[in-house]
Amino acid sequence: MPSPPSGASAWRTARLLSREPQISTGRTLRFTVPDWPGHLAGQHVDVRLTADDGYQAVRSYSLAAPAEGDTVELGVQAAPDGEVSPYLADVLPIGAEVEIQGPLGGWFIWTPRDAGPLLLFAGGCGIVPLMAMLRARRAAGSAEPCTLLYSARSPDEVWYARELADPGPAEEIRLIYTRQAPPGDPRTTGRVGAQDLAGLPEPGSARCYVCGPTGFVEHVADLLQTAGHPRELIRTERFG
Amino acid sequence: MPHDPAAFRLDGNALAGPLAPVFALDPTTALRVCPACRMQATVGELHVYGPEPGLTARCPGCSQLALRAVQQPGHLWLQLGTGQGAFRFTLPAAGG
Repeated sequence: MPSPPSGASAWRTARLLSREPQISTGRTLRFTVPDWPGHLAGQHVDVRLTADDGYQAVRSYSLAAPAEGDTVELGVQAAPDGEVSPYLADVLPIGAEVEIQGPLGGWFIWTPRDAGPLLLFAGGCGIVPLMAMLRARRAAGSAEPCTLLYSARSPDEVWYARELADPGPAEEIRLIYTRQAPPGDPRTTGRVGAQDLAGLPEPGSARCYVCGPTGFVEHVADLLQTAGHPRELIRTERFG
Repeated sequence: MPHDPAAFRLDGNALAGPLAPVFALDPTTALRVCPACRMQATVGELHVYGPEPGLTARCPGCSQLALRAVQQPGHLWLQLGTGQGAFRFTLPAAGG
């Protein structure tokens, strides 16, 4: 018999504590996970649902904030034809249990010990793991400059809007609207371009994290490399 | 070429969970040098297709097959590289 799993490979029972709307299809879900070992900003969990007939489905969701004891916060966007995400986003009752494996992933992570300016590029719900980095940075009182460039379709598609409207020290938030901008926004709507990267810290010093749909990630990673940012300092995560 | 950019939706970060039961260390930080194009990439940087019927990870430079992971109840099949054959790991009982 295989030995019992421990650490990140263990499946833990998680109870849904609260659900908070972020955008029309995006939710913040908080779960209580007994004996949660803690996690780093950028990590994710796999969530496993088991139907009455034993059928199981597993999907990955990013952790949106540093752990508070046994409580973890996930960002869940309901995919239009999704098998799991619409159920998690809107149906799973408060108090119900799912299984969670994690924390997972050691590549797309940032810790306050990582020196140098921090550049975060979010496309849509790709904001979730980057929000964890921003929150970890605020919690640590980091003095390194940080810019979040967040591409959203329209103002009502912006996650964490209230928190982002109040930037912390040495922090800059750039909102890029692709379809509809708020009145008075001087920028013409459209996807991120080289001009949106103006005034960022020098290439070679800044750590770049890019998260979002594959097209967004590839496009921004190309822009960054064209601007001189070395590939070793660009980390990406694609959401399906 | 099986490489279809429209079908490619994930990256190697998504392999962390499926591979966690068989690696003592997080596999997504492991470095791979592609034998075909010599590009260096961590497992987290590989291009991944899936999730059904399994996860297929390819070199981000030339899309050569890097690994395949297929889950079935109680088992994980893992193929490393382009060679024939795969390793079947028996997993701990579900729900454990």
